[in-house]
Amino acid sequence: MSNIKTGGQIIWESLIAEDVEVVFGLPGGAILPAYDDLAKYEYPIHHVLVTHEQGASHMADGYARATGRVGVCIATSGPGATNLITGLATAYMDSTPIVAITGQVPNSLLGRDGFQESDVQGVSLPVTKHNYLITDIRDLAMAIKEAFYIASTGRPGPVLVDVCKDVQQATMDFEYPKSIYLPGYNPNVNAPDSGDVTRAAELLNNAERPLIVSGQGVSIARAEKELRELAEKANIPVATSLLGIGTFPTTHPLSISWGGMHGEAYCNYALQDCDVLFAIGARLDDRLTGAFDTFAPKAKIIHADIDPAEMGKNLTIDTPVIGDALLILRELVPQVEANEHPAWLAQIQEWKSETTNRDILEQETDELVAPYIMRALWHETDEGDATIVTDVGQHQMWEAQYYNHTKPRSLLTSGGLGTMGYALPAAIGAQMGSPDEEIWVVAGDGGFQMTMVELSTIMQENLPIKIAIINNGYLGMVRQWQDVFYNKRHSGTPLFNPDFIKLAEAYGMAARRVTKKDEAIEAIKEAQNFDGPFLLEFQVEEFTNVYPMVAPGKSNADMIRRPAEATSEGN
Amino acid sequence: MSAHMNNKQHTMIAWMEDKPGVLNRVAGLFRRRNFNIESLTVGHSETPGISRMTFVANGSDRDMKQIKTQLDKLINVTEVEDVTNSDPISRELALIKVKANSETRTEVMQITEIFRGHIIHVDMESVIIQIVGKVAQINSLLQLLNNFGILEMVRTGRIAMVRDQDHSQLSKTAVSAHQNGHQ
Repeated sequence: MSNIKTGGQIIWESLIAEDVEVVFGLPGGAILPAYDDLAKYEYPIHHVLVTHEQGASHMADGYARATGRVGVCIATSGPGATNLITGLATAYMDSTPIVAITGQVPNSLLGRDGFQESDVQGVSLPVTKHNYLITDIRDLAMAIKEAFYIASTGRPGPVLVDVCKDVQQATMDFEYPKSIYLPGYNPNVNAPDSGDVTRAAELLNNAERPLIVSGQGVSIARAEKELRELAEKANIPVATSLLGIGTFPTTHPLSISWGGMHGEAYCNYALQDCDVLFAIGARLDDRLTGAFDTFAPKAKIIHADIDPAEMGKNLTIDTPVIGDALLILRELVPQVEANEHPAWLAQIQEWKSETTNRDILEQETDELVAPYIMRALWHETDEGDATIVTDVGQHQMWEAQYYNHTKPRSLLTSGGLGTMGYALPAAIGAQMGSPDEEIWVVAGDGGFQMTMVELSTIMQENLPIKIAIINNGYLGMVRQWQDVFYNKRHSGTPLFNPDFIKLAEAYGMAARRVTKKDEAIEAIKEAQNFDGPFLLEFQVEEFTNVYPMVAPGKSNADMIRRPAEATSEGN
Repeated sequence: MSAHMNNKQHTMIAWMEDKPGVLNRVAGLFRRRNFNIESLTVGHSETPGISRMTFVANGSDRDMKQIKTQLDKLINVTEVEDVTNSDPISRELALIKVKANSETRTEVMQITEIFRGHIIHVDMESVIIQIVGKVAQINSLLQLLNNFGILEMVRTGRIAMVRDQDHSQLSKTAVSAHQNGHQ
């Protein structure tokens, strides 16, 4: 019995076969046949029309991070596809599963510089886990099936499928493939090498000052419970990477927050002093380690990760353990002996009381500053019961320092690529995936403006997203580097901003400006109680900087600490 | 790759699916990961649909492990092997066009013969020499021919093969994966 379908239909029916319910996209000439089939055949897929294709790829990313499922974005050829690239690069650096479908000029124009032609396979090559150019309808369904499999297994990542327009219009007898053949793809989904796990257990059992670094891999593998078992069984303090925030409750007695360039000082002290470091699902990048050859100098390092290429990429590793974080922890926990480590934990506690007071809690100021707002937000969201989607910059670091995340996947942020403009569209994707979740955008005034066109998408979809703009009138983190490393020459960092309240009103969105510290809590409550999206603009003290700070290329031991006398360092 | 005391020349073999764009993926990876490749040769293997690449790179063992694991991550690459320590048979082919007139032709021919090369074309002003051999052998020949004037040269880059039986099975893993299928 034949089942003749167009290429456009095959795209949608393949997505349905992969349980896709929502896609983020914007049509154009080369993807029109597929869009026409979506309407013509009324496929049960919710298409979220975006304002700019960068938003579509960030939305797919936010959807994927919030739910753990593959996010899907769709765009036309040429500029549509190239606009996706920043979002794909963001997802690639942070191991987020996305499938991007792009239209391409018809076969007859390929390679002839046709209208809206760009070599999307070539352009996306270094920022995707894999990609396809489909010139023959017979390859289409298999490519989509492989794309979902590759995107979601092993170390997840974005996969792009570029589909020629004439392929979308062609027809064939369609059956969604049942199996795939990828001889060169090993996602390492099997159990880890038991010898490696045993060596890791022995190192941990003999450690006097053990430490766990938990990364996003723990969350991808949904291994938070097993991580906690490991930490509690042997009383091992747990630091996270930035993306690992949420894998271990920050309020847990064994939590030592997160480390690195703007991590808490006591966490960095512990990283530098531990004798066995067990890193799991974290790629140990330069923002966490500081200068590679200075990181954890006293430690034997166990690196557990699903990606063999991460072993020894940045650091010299004593014991690599390759595999899925959940399977590794399940094998490891029974082999790790119960332990107390009282001296080590007491030492960390001593560091903590000194550094937290100095760098984190010492905010005795009547000015409105972001750390205060983050604390208030944490408190007003039932002490961490919300998903916060941050942009990139000072506010991102403050959020990570002051909002105590206690549940998995509750912080979505662009860690690896550091993509300003990520927050607003990613929050839209997250809300589409988790409609009942309280979702907050926390963005600086600079990054917010990069993708604020998606305010229309929020209104179009009537999403109850709450937005907090931390407005200091600067590209704040760049300004901070200029303060510290470039003699306070503020080259290109002061911003000309619109009236954010009027901007929100133009979109029909409720909004409120907050200029005083004592208005902050009430404003947060007003936003929460409002039935629908709400924008809060916090006009904060301009010159407050983030501490502690490790200068790039320096050791975590050489932190720049908060100046004791002042919380701001204006002119 | 970082300069390092333990840097040495490595010969690697990679097997990959014979699909459009695969060479671009491999070359792009070398470039963006800052791997320096001295030579790269690719052609068919004994398995239909699987290409075999030999490449030569300089670096430490750790650098080579990075190259291997990063290459392995490419979806179309089925196997990567560093054969440096497996005493591989390695050969390169070169075509060399050398100035040679009635006065010098005899000497050029003698030198070519010593190096087990062949003269495959002669005209009044030049000869074309074909030589297959180890890299060092070809280099030595080139050094001598320089005295006569090399007009044009092309080298294929090194290809390598390990003697023992096990290595011939490497690309067959792809075949068995094919038969089993995924999922």
